[in-house]
Amino acid sequence: MRRLGKARHARWLVMLLPVLFSAPVVAWELAGNMAVEGRAFFQSPLDSRQYDSDYSISLEPEFSRTWDEDRQSLVFRPFVRLDGQDDERSHWDIRELQWIYAGDGWEARLGVGKVYWGVTEAVHLVDIINQTDLVENIDGEQKLGQPMAKLSLEKDWGTLDFFLLPGFRERTFPGEEGRLRSHPRVEQDLAEYESSTRQRHVDYALRWSHYIGEWDMGLAWFQGTGRDPLFRPGLGRKGELVLAPFYEQIDQASVDLQATLGEWLWKLEAIYRNGLEEDYYAFTGGFEYTRVGIMDTSADLGVIAELVVDERGDRAATAFNHDVFLGLRWTANDAQSLTVLAGAVVDWENGSTLLNVEASRRFGQAYLLSVQLRSWLHIDPEDLQYVFRQDDYLQVELARYF
Amino acid sequence: MSKLLITLLVALLGFNASAQTQEEKGLAIALEADRRDSGWGDFQAQMSMLLRNRHGEESLRQMRVKSLETVDDGDKSLIVFDEPKDVKGTALLTFSHKVKDDDQWLYLPALKRVKRIASRNKSGPFMGSEFAFEDLASQEVEKYTYKYIRDDELDGKPVFVNERYPVSKYSGYTRQLVWVDQAEYIPLKVEYYDRKNALLKTLIFKGYRQYLDKYWRADEMFMENHQTGKSTLLTWKDYTFRTGLKDSDFTRNSLKRTR
Repeated sequence: MRRLGKARHARWLVMLLPVLFSAPVVAWELAGNMAVEGRAFFQSPLDSRQYDSDYSISLEPEFSRTWDEDRQSLVFRPFVRLDGQDDERSHWDIRELQWIYAGDGWEARLGVGKVYWGVTEAVHLVDIINQTDLVENIDGEQKLGQPMAKLSLEKDWGTLDFFLLPGFRERTFPGEEGRLRSHPRVEQDLAEYESSTRQRHVDYALRWSHYIGEWDMGLAWFQGTGRDPLFRPGLGRKGELVLAPFYEQIDQASVDLQATLGEWLWKLEAIYRNGLEEDYYAFTGGFEYTRVGIMDTSADLGVIAELVVDERGDRAATAFNHDVFLGLRWTANDAQSLTVLAGAVVDWENGSTLLNVEASRRFGQAYLLSVQLRSWLHIDPEDLQYVFRQDDYLQVELARYF
Repeated sequence: MSKLLITLLVALLGFNASAQTQEEKGLAIALEADRRDSGWGDFQAQMSMLLRNRHGEESLRQMRVKSLETVDDGDKSLIVFDEPKDVKGTALLTFSHKVKDDDQWLYLPALKRVKRIASRNKSGPFMGSEFAFEDLASQEVEKYTYKYIRDDELDGKPVFVNERYPVSKYSGYTRQLVWVDQAEYIPLKVEYYDRKNALLKTLIFKGYRQYLDKYWRADEMFMENHQTGKSTLLTWKDYTFRTGLKDSDFTRNSLKRTR
């Protein structure tokens, strides 16, 4: 996957070179971060080859320059992680390498980029443009750079985004030694495709988004290679049993909606997907209610409740099929920007529960400390999270921003 | 049309000064201040905030501000953060409104996510500082009701002391006392009273400069919280007016282009 990804990136780089050199001499701006991360697992692994604790370092610089009275800009944001235990988690990626032209009421982007769609907090159903960089974090919020040509038109009746997506990125999966993986593990190199053009299939997407008063809304259409693989049994290099990802062709329509009503945010994301085997719908939605200045302090306390429903039920390719997320978000609003998000995702049919605590605070002007704690309770053998039942862990990251 | 009405209203109120109630005079002062500060078009500036706690520990915020005057409604503004580094590129887009609550979107660059945030946020601290969102928001006349209190002097300058009451139920204040310079109709000092009507904060404006031979802007705004002992020194730099900003520079899409 990384081999192919590399070749594709090289082609984009060549295409962007003329733009790079035609730009007048203006200084590159540098931003980004480097971080050290440690992970400790509380239970012994299901597979004795898996590690108990791990450390890694990562670097994500961002080089950018802007010219032509801020109409044109170029952004280059590579990412690399070196992991002490898991070879598959040691990886690099081009998160962004993009030329942007901002017209009056329109915008064009060409290169490798990242796009976010959606409104909910726990599960991100409609966000489909970028592939998940799963080895980074199982929350699915870390994404791989996606080659794209994008045109946006801003009209009185909303914003229209047209996407042409040449080149598919395969999801990353932990290696043999890695925790938070399936048993047997997934072998990325065995990926198969419904389309004969495999990774070269060109995907399309269209999105309309708008806001009217308190309502923010989006409607989108995606046609191409589904980002979520199905899995088939296969044989690894040493002849061992592995899972081979299978990427099907899908059509997906989606809607996302948020109403911002005083202290209440009401949210909904829904998709209808037409794949190889069956058509199905899924939706997630709920509310976030926030009290500001609780108990005469400057802190905010928010309560989040979201449902996740997948029409396929127990046959769904996701563990979040009939689940409810309940969470508390505490924001200190202090100089160090201390925030804590604690919550649980509970399957209301089989009782499987994922506990999740995330906290972060700044030290000085440039250091950010982040802590994550995840624990799985009462995991039903039928639940797709059953493979994580021995993987309770604590992750601590210290990042230096520059 | 509305400007003409306001001018007429101010003129009428002026002629009938003796018949004015305190509320009418308070409103007249606010309208005159608004009239004198109309027509600036747009501006860009650098803003920094030095946060200090009661132990003297300091923390710095730096941001770039763009603002566009809107004739029929509240102004539009875009704030992009440069410091602290971990929030670099985070951007806040605000469409302020005269009466209803402002619309606000926050851009989180790490996720490339634009989040609509609740206007109830207005009483919350801005970036951990002693300035609340509502203190920094566009000060539209309609956001308060007014009551003129007295004439006074501040640092040797004749001032009107004007009291104002926030209209929004999400405001963190019961009232504010504003010391308005009588010659230029600019605020020199504001006292903020919390929901229990206790003195919470004092804001002092310093280093006023005139731009385009008409519009006064303070170089420094010093906010002191009397209940916590914390303070924030807000400093403005590099003001440039009428830079040619348009509505299309203040869209949810434009947020994603900020660096």
